[in-house]
Amino acid sequence: MIKDRVDINVGAGGKQMQDFISKIIVSELGNPILNVMDDSAKLPSERNRTAFTSDSYVVSPVFFNGGDIGRLCVCGTVNDLASSGAVAKYLSLSFIIEAGASLEDIKKIVSSIALTAKEADVSIVTGDTKVVEPGKCDVLYINTAGIGFIDNGVEISSHNAKDGDIVMVTGPIGDHEACIIMSRGILKIGLEVKSDLAPLNKKVQELLSLTKDVHVIKDPTRGGLAGALNDIVSNSSVTANIIEKDVPFSDEVKTLCDVAGFDPFYLASEGRLVIVGRPSIEGAVTKVFGPKARNIGNIKKGTKDVLLSTNIGGLRKLRMMDGIQVPRIC
Amino acid sequence: MKNKITIMEVCGTHTMNIARFGLRSLLPNSVNVISGPGCPVCVTSSSDINNALVLADMDDVIITTFGDMIRIPCDGRMLMDYKNVKVLYDPLDSIELAKNSPDKEIVFLGVGFETTTPIVASIIIRAKELGLDNFTVLCMNKVVSPALELILNDKQNNIDGFILPGHVAAITGTCYFDFITGLSGRGVISGFDPKGIMDSIEKLSLMITRKEFGVVNNYEGIVKSNGNEKAKKIVKEVFDIVDSDWRGIGVLKKSGLKISEKYSRFDAKERFSIKDRNIKDPHSCLCGEVLLGKKIPTDCMLYGKQCVPSSPVGPCMVSSEGTCSAYYKYISN
Repeated sequence: MIKDRVDINVGAGGKQMQDFISKIIVSELGNPILNVMDDSAKLPSERNRTAFTSDSYVVSPVFFNGGDIGRLCVCGTVNDLASSGAVAKYLSLSFIIEAGASLEDIKKIVSSIALTAKEADVSIVTGDTKVVEPGKCDVLYINTAGIGFIDNGVEISSHNAKDGDIVMVTGPIGDHEACIIMSRGILKIGLEVKSDLAPLNKKVQELLSLTKDVHVIKDPTRGGLAGALNDIVSNSSVTANIIEKDVPFSDEVKTLCDVAGFDPFYLASEGRLVIVGRPSIEGAVTKVFGPKARNIGNIKKGTKDVLLSTNIGGLRKLRMMDGIQVPRIC
Repeated sequence: MKNKITIMEVCGTHTMNIARFGLRSLLPNSVNVISGPGCPVCVTSSSDINNALVLADMDDVIITTFGDMIRIPCDGRMLMDYKNVKVLYDPLDSIELAKNSPDKEIVFLGVGFETTTPIVASIIIRAKELGLDNFTVLCMNKVVSPALELILNDKQNNIDGFILPGHVAAITGTCYFDFITGLSGRGVISGFDPKGIMDSIEKLSLMITRKEFGVVNNYEGIVKSNGNEKAKKIVKEVFDIVDSDWRGIGVLKKSGLKISEKYSRFDAKERFSIKDRNIKDPHSCLCGEVLLGKKIPTDCMLYGKQCVPSSPVGPCMVSSEGTCSAYYKYISN
């Protein structure tokens, strides 16, 4: 019998768990591989290289403007695969649910997972559910792992940025984290920010079909644009020169940063990419990602630094975040 | 005329904006801009942080605070480790929390200079109006002028002039800074956008070149001669001026605020009988000398090694507006 709250028995491995999995999970996410319900999914192998990634999602609140933890757990993992140039195919899905969580909420989240998986053209092929005592997690934590396949000739890596490359972003940066900050309701400044959350794998495949000159794709999630750029310059042993006035930020992100003292270069996005490649990629990136994509700078041989030319014409290093951002005092 | 002039700013927002916008890279080598005691979190004493931790240890107490305070280490502990510590953006939320949690004691950590103090005064007045008996403030607020006087009176100081905080002056009025002229010093009251800061640096540089003393208001739209009378009145109503211990500097006369007799039931130290404990600042930490402009962060042997923003030793690395944090994030290797 399914009640309106997830109780501790759902994680116990018995009948309640079987009911939960078949009625709540498989009913929404079923496909020929998942429906077999063995302990592991059996996947046909494709192409010559396999990309494999895993990520855990603990976002609070689980529902926010522009998405929920369900859509996030699909997009995050799919976008990690896309950043390797892989065609995303299969996801695993593991829930850790807080006993007492509303079943209606879990259903909404599973539904959102189903819709997003369809949008991204990936299948959920295996998974797990655990339930923990109240207070041991915050409503719901999700882990997804993803498998994708990489076409011959595709060589995308954060180690591949080269002297003379340009650096592009596919749209305004930081909306996701700004949205989460506002969704927590502690900053009462009447600002509505919608998360940029989106699966980007199909767009990346379209881009890679238009140009062979893309060298690096990176999603600026935790640590923001500064983190993504520092990963690239560190792994490729180059310098990135970034022009602040060319980096797109929404008005909402600018306002939030002004009021609360955050630095927008460190705010996470979940539906944006940093793309580095030969200057010829600019047209293709704009065609695929739209007019909000921007060329924000270039790559030179050098010292593993990200140098930012500021709006007023100054120059400073854009470092990786160290610690956490907390709201300033005045 | 010296070959090099040294300008000190004394406001966390100036510290951050000078670093964030790369303004030092736009100045000639002959102009050296350093940061003084302008970050309220940075000058909060270890003893005060210990008092906050003592309160956090108490049953039924919820601490509410601005963000930066939660990461200052003290005897191996920090407020961040406590579940009953809540970070607020709006201090008025403490009042709401007290109203909604009658079985809890809500203690707000009052930290800040003249800009923030009227807000703390207003929530204490509000708490009194509402008759709240479960709301108190651990008052650690300070006034900025004694620290500037200390610097001006130090014959060893190498400071040619101050960029003065526009927000503080908006509350206090320009007259508050008259003592600078009296001590043969000079300063320019500045706004916070990069052009405003650059313009103030230029004005101050000209005063230094011309050997002019005095204080110039370069934030005229916002700062008036007498400041915000209403804000000053409520601060006077709620607080008394007392001696106060500054991190790394020591006790400065008439540099701190204490909740006055009339509002003493909102004083957390009185309500919970908190006694100050003498806590030593971390060994080798140069925060005090950095705050007075005698050293720069890279002079400190802890800087960038044991002391980084993710595991700070001294408060100048804790606060996002601290000199060491700004150096680490935006300037040095």
